[in-house]
Amino acid sequence: MTKLLGGALVASLFAGSAAAYELTIPTLDYRTGPYAPNGIPFANGYSDYFTLLNERDGGINGSKINLVPCETGYNTQKGVECYEKTKNEGNGAIVYQPLSTGITYQLIPKVTADKIPMYTMGYGRTSAANGKVFDWVFNVPLTYWDGATIAIQHIAEQEGGMDKLKGKKIALVYHNSAYGKEPIRTLEEMEKKFGYTLQLLPVDHPGQEQKATWLQIRRERPDWVLMWGWGVMNQVAVKEAASIRYPMDHFIGVWWSGSENDVVPAGDAAHGYKSLAFHAAGSDFPLHKDILKYVYDAGKAVDGDFRDRVGEVLYNRGLIAAVWTAEAIRTGMKIHNTNEATAAMVRDGFENLDVNVIRLKELGLEGFTYEVKVSCANHRGQGKAAVQQWDAKAKRWNLVSKFYPPLDDIVWPLVEEDSKKYAEENGITPRSCN
Amino acid sequence: MFYREAGQFKTSYAADQGLLPIVQDRWFVVGLLLVAFIVVPFIGNDYWFNALLTPFLIYAMAAIGLNILTGYCGQLSLGTGGFMAVGAYATYKLMTAFPELNLIVVMVLSGGITAAVGVLFGIPSLRIKGFYLAVATLAAQFFIIWLFNKVPWFFNYNASGQITAPPSEMFGIQITGAEANPAITYLFTLSVVTVFALTAKNLVRSRAGRSWMAIRDMDIAAEIIGIRPLMTKLTAFAISSFYIGIAGALLFAIWLGSAEVTEAFGIDKSFLVLFMIIIGGLGSIMGSFLGAAFMMLLPIFLKNLFVDGLGFGTGFAEHVQITLMGVLIIFFLIVEPHGLARLWQIGKEKLRLWPFPY
Repeated sequence: MTKLLGGALVASLFAGSAAAYELTIPTLDYRTGPYAPNGIPFANGYSDYFTLLNERDGGINGSKINLVPCETGYNTQKGVECYEKTKNEGNGAIVYQPLSTGITYQLIPKVTADKIPMYTMGYGRTSAANGKVFDWVFNVPLTYWDGATIAIQHIAEQEGGMDKLKGKKIALVYHNSAYGKEPIRTLEEMEKKFGYTLQLLPVDHPGQEQKATWLQIRRERPDWVLMWGWGVMNQVAVKEAASIRYPMDHFIGVWWSGSENDVVPAGDAAHGYKSLAFHAAGSDFPLHKDILKYVYDAGKAVDGDFRDRVGEVLYNRGLIAAVWTAEAIRTGMKIHNTNEATAAMVRDGFENLDVNVIRLKELGLEGFTYEVKVSCANHRGQGKAAVQQWDAKAKRWNLVSKFYPPLDDIVWPLVEEDSKKYAEENGITPRSCN
Repeated sequence: MFYREAGQFKTSYAADQGLLPIVQDRWFVVGLLLVAFIVVPFIGNDYWFNALLTPFLIYAMAAIGLNILTGYCGQLSLGTGGFMAVGAYATYKLMTAFPELNLIVVMVLSGGITAAVGVLFGIPSLRIKGFYLAVATLAAQFFIIWLFNKVPWFFNYNASGQITAPPSEMFGIQITGAEANPAITYLFTLSVVTVFALTAKNLVRSRAGRSWMAIRDMDIAAEIIGIRPLMTKLTAFAISSFYIGIAGALLFAIWLGSAEVTEAFGIDKSFLVLFMIIIGGLGSIMGSFLGAAFMMLLPIFLKNLFVDGLGFGTGFAEHVQITLMGVLIIFFLIVEPHGLARLWQIGKEKLRLWPFPY
């Protein structure tokens, strides 16, 4: 033990003397707690990509990346502790990815005051998409409100057109928290417009107890069931749906309700379950080969036992989150013509982020996702989502639809309204973006 | 030798019944307060204030509140998280409805509202006792959280159901919101907690406090000597809830800035505060602080030791820390069932005899 302590001490002494510029990226992971099964693959994907950049390219444009892991357990108070602990690490943290709606809400005012960009990919506060009010927050590539309109579009397509939605019954099974409540307002707005009836079915944390919910679904027989769930709630829901013989291809989860963790426990009964997705699953992309070669084979992986699971949905999600972050850092470096990117430069990088199809191919991710383009006024980029379906026999997710763009005429007025309210409450004058 | 009382004569009843009758204790507390108020704000950094000291003080406040009810009056309560939520939501509604209202006034009003709710849920305490009462307060916990999650009026019809504290100022200095200086928010919390801790210390020595202890020790005997059980129990509920409500208000407005009711004020908060007073010492104001330090600061210290000092993986370190905390709690309760406050007391007695124990 003393040897170990001594070693750590010596190491920290030497670390202090090496003065090369490092890009400090804290990773707020959760490898413990009730949501750990979902937090681990994401954290591994996120870390592995940055490790790959260090091992293969020597960092980003010659600047090494210093990953600072901190465990939040999906708990907001621990998240705040992690933020305070890591924000001044090294040359100062340059970007945060909290991976929790609760922590996001906590950190929005803090990162704004400390001037550090925060990237909440496909979660967090939806109205942060309005860059005029939320200067430092980015939710590329899309938000829950977009997701709600995309799910409805998919339903309409299956039913044969938007006008066929009239009189249909759609149920929303949601995690009874800030995260799960997000799509309700959008769905209600569309209920008025398209004439379906919406049924709201909350499920309390952590979500093991859903018998009553599914009894209600069995009685009411909604035509479609949407789900905003996370963690153990998803797999329980899939199993319960199977047990009441609800048609699986009429059951659509949001992108956080569509990983291997959610469907494998239900076995063959989960065959045909759908979920939204903004990137592909699987490890057939050139980037994955590089990760296996430079990270896992070299023994540099943060979690070496994870090798066989590289390419799972949530691993790929962590990966794409890291890819977009790294591209934002690269863009910021290019704008300011330096390889010593600061938090403010990374923010500029996010604001001018443009990852198109050609760039995706260069990154070894051809066909993995679509192009994103962020602007000053629109912090969610030109997001889209497709529907993926679980094939229980082949044990893999397949994209089964085109990438739908969100219905901006429904979503954007709501974003404007909510962000305006936030600006008024907090005394923010929206900047102009011309 | 350190606590030699020889030569300390009390010549009046007031001196004999002073808050801290021993000179050494008095100087120790004064010194501690001076350091906390004058030295710490200059030597601390953001991490100390936002991640360690402010939450520690807030939880100490909640622990004092629960200690009044459970430690001094003997009414076991599992509703702490719910009452903290009442304080937080009352603060939120008052701050958004009356933005010009002074934050101190808002906090006191929130405490008052929580006290009213606490009394409401304390009414059954006349008829039910011990574990049965614990179950009744557990119902309060679940009902309050459910209510705040269900009724949109409480969170101003926000899309996600979160409450966010608007920035507010006092004497031109910003107290809430992210731009507030962490040292200022720490000083604000420290002032509130100091005032209320001293009040509590005095309160438990007063007539009210002595009636609470009489009820706790044997309620029938207390009734025979003329203490009215319902009134005594309800005042304990009211004052305890007042403290817990203010702790909730501080937690939401000063420390976190925004909160989600199920996560920030769930049942685990009730247990956390209950563990604090059990570890710290039931029926001791000092114990409330020691217990809060043990349950709040030790896990963070262990985490930092394992991750930064020993280089463990973050997930592994967290698991080791959770296990170790459990083992430490069991160890302390075996070694000293009366909590850390009792250990402190034993330490003082030993120091009094040092270096010649008998």
